[in-house]
Amino acid sequence: MDIQLKRGLLDVSVLAAIKNEDSYGYQIIKDMKPYMELSESTLYTILKRLETADMLTVRSVEHEGRLRKYYHITAQGRRRIEEFKEDWKEILSIYRFITREENDLE
Amino acid sequence: MNKDQFLSEIRKRLSGLPQGDIDERVAFYEEMIDDRMEEGMAEEDAIAGIGSVDSVVDQIMSEIPLTKLVKEKVRPKRKRKAWEIVLLVLGSPVWIPLLIAAAAVVFSIFVVIWAVVVSLYAVDFALAAGAAAGTAAFVMYLKVGNPAGAMFSLGAGAVCAGLSILLFFVCRWIAKAVLRLTGRMLLWMKSLFVGKEA
Repeated sequence: MDIQLKRGLLDVSVLAAIKNEDSYGYQIIKDMKPYMELSESTLYTILKRLETADMLTVRSVEHEGRLRKYYHITAQGRRRIEEFKEDWKEILSIYRFITREENDLE
Repeated sequence: MNKDQFLSEIRKRLSGLPQGDIDERVAFYEEMIDDRMEEGMAEEDAIAGIGSVDSVVDQIMSEIPLTKLVKEKVRPKRKRKAWEIVLLVLGSPVWIPLLIAAAAVVFSIFVVIWAVVVSLYAVDFALAAGAAAGTAAFVMYLKVGNPAGAMFSLGAGAVCAGLSILLFFVCRWIAKAVLRLTGRMLLWMKSLFVGKEA
């Protein structure tokens, strides 16, 4: 897949993983596993990028005597998901145009 | 390898990067390993799930910009003493030109490598132009009634066309190889700044 496209997809997927409730690194990886394989290093980079872009906030929570970082989506992050959905509506209609003749032949 | 060994190995290999960045990275990996173990995974398996030290370090290195590495290297670990500052200022006519020269050398190496690619494409373009010229000359010779000249131009044009098509694929292959090579060089230059101080 095109690298730029994949990067955008990953960003939004991580935002979607924390959309309903705050989550932590390993949980995000587990939630995304059925859909895409995500390495820890990649996830770190994405989380950092999203944090810099104010799309999520981080807080440390004590858990079993150690600290665990929880990620919380911001209004900006939610807007990003909505933008993504709008973009994909457009892409889907273009896709239908591209595959139009193939379907007609069937 | 247990968790502490794994994390301290990463720490060691990344030394030279900003300390805050290292701490944050390592804390992130530690949390991942702890969470896996809490789920009942063995320590070894939890670490294996993260990947090898090499792959982790490689990825971090390819993401961090070169300028950040240089800046971190140049910044002193302690406050400079007065005589050091005096020396730096007095020595500036020497070290500033040296620094500029070093940067210029690196830059010119990149330029030279890419110049090869550009010139190959230029040759390819010239061959394609030759093919067009050959065809044009063929038509001209036919009009003035010179069959020998016409055949010669047509042949020369065809040779040019054939060579230019072949060379196009060679060019593309070389351009891709150079792209990989320059990427590798950048990674190597970054590695000069990292992991040297134990």
